[in-house]
Amino acid sequence: MSTQSNPELAISVKDLTKIYGDRPAVSHANFEVPLGTVCGFVGPNGSGKTTTMRMLLGLITPTGGTGVILGQPINHPERYLHRVGAMIEGPAFYPALSGAENLRVLATLGGYETDQVQGLLERVGLGDRGDSKYKTYSLGMKQRLGIAAALLPNPQLLMLDEPTNGLDPAGIQEIRELLRDLANEGTTVFVSSHLLSEIEMISDSLVMLRKGEVIFAGKTQDLLLRQQPTIIAKSSDPQDLTKLLEIAHNAGHEGTIIDGAAHILGPTDWAPILNKMAFDAGITLSQLAPVLPSLEETFFEMTGDSE
Amino acid sequence: MIRVFFAEWRKLRRPTLFLGTMGAVAAVTALVTSVLFLLIDSRNGNGREGRTITRQTLELPHGLSLGFSTSAGLLGLVALCIFASQTAQEYTHGTLRNLLVRQPKRLTLLLGKFISMVSFAMVTVIISAVVSISLAFGLSGKAKVITTAWTTGDARIAFLHTFINVFLSVIAYGTVGMILGLIFRAPIPAISLGVAWLLIVENIIAATVKHSGRWMPGQLITTISSGGDITASYLHAMWVVSAYLVLGVVVVSVLFRRRDVAN
Repeated sequence: MSTQSNPELAISVKDLTKIYGDRPAVSHANFEVPLGTVCGFVGPNGSGKTTTMRMLLGLITPTGGTGVILGQPINHPERYLHRVGAMIEGPAFYPALSGAENLRVLATLGGYETDQVQGLLERVGLGDRGDSKYKTYSLGMKQRLGIAAALLPNPQLLMLDEPTNGLDPAGIQEIRELLRDLANEGTTVFVSSHLLSEIEMISDSLVMLRKGEVIFAGKTQDLLLRQQPTIIAKSSDPQDLTKLLEIAHNAGHEGTIIDGAAHILGPTDWAPILNKMAFDAGITLSQLAPVLPSLEETFFEMTGDSE
Repeated sequence: MIRVFFAEWRKLRRPTLFLGTMGAVAAVTALVTSVLFLLIDSRNGNGREGRTITRQTLELPHGLSLGFSTSAGLLGLVALCIFASQTAQEYTHGTLRNLLVRQPKRLTLLLGKFISMVSFAMVTVIISAVVSISLAFGLSGKAKVITTAWTTGDARIAFLHTFINVFLSVIAYGTVGMILGLIFRAPIPAISLGVAWLLIVENIIAATVKHSGRWMPGQLITTISSGGDITASYLHAMWVVSAYLVLGVVVVSVLFRRRDVAN
């Protein structure tokens, strides 16, 4: 496996492929994650996110392609994993041990100070439940413990698979702030989530997968800018909406009527022009709102999936 | 390696596992040793498989260790269960992926776990020896067994041999458990198959096919614990058991090193 390392990159993969039988789980994936950023990893269920993460952690062997993590090739995980924290496919711990003892097992194994365990538990909001057995934890608490375990090596790169699963809104907010803080401290965060609004809020960049293929890799803003903004216009008379679509069409903007409102593709600065054209045609608009597409809308449009 | 060893001990030392296992070992050894002395005059026998161990035999220098060596099979089954469950549960709990992220050298992880469990098994053997020897002295008066020979140098050498043989047999059982745990990746099938084969299948085959015991691992591990018996010589048992275990260990090591961790 040949590798080229770039000191500015935390993760770099080229043509990374994993085939099970004759089914490609990941096919020729290419993407890069710059150091010190938060990168969202999104895709529908079964698109290959977890398989990709497992390959990056040396848990499964790629069928083809190359990858470099923190300057080291992924076929030598022992060279970089001591600087990587990870939680893959949900938290997994020993049910009969306490949360703190579970962390001590991993700290001992990795050669990290066991003294930091209480501090980590407090950081993820489990400071007073460290001595409780893991099997008594709620899903949200298990998730927090998984994040604490991932923070044990004081990682340069943190890889989290669906870290907000099972958390309540307040917990999601806390984790979002934690990830942002870590990124501000210089940790690169590579996080997958199906909560696209969460990813949109915290990610500097995105990698989007569909059926094992990377369909976008780059800055979140670049992705959103690729999508046409929409102008939503409402009028009390439904006849006016059809007329409004005709006016927009004549001006080179396509649109459609959804739930009693005209959705017209067009940039924000075209909205006042549309307003004037409607006024000139005798249409009084009760609402005129330019709307930027959300990541979720962009995601569904790009993946062609409604999951 | 040392980090793997101590990390594994954090799991092995939890009270329910550690105290439960040691309590069971002490109880089983006490039962076997008590039967040996208290049923010394019973027509149904006082040893393994209904054999009679006479007062004269118990009064020999190695008589002191007979209760201990008779407990070896049960100690072995305990080891098989512990090794199998501690290995296979890493798959069923999904914790193997955490371990491999913290220790990516898979064979180091496997060897460290093995050595840790061997040390746990050593503690069970020591506890069994202490309980058996203490009870032997305690019950000798009631069983009218003269203990003069038990305090001689020969008795100490006999005990040392017994201790080594019992320990080797326990490690062999444990290794079988670990091999099954790695193959089945779930504790229940690993333990049930291991125990069913060693306790039931082998005994049926040994009883029906002449000389088959000379080639069956469970029978030969028992031979090792007793320092050689009518089934096979000690040396033969050592060679055959070693060959089986080396083959099994090589196969599961290759599997463990190459197999994707996808659960």
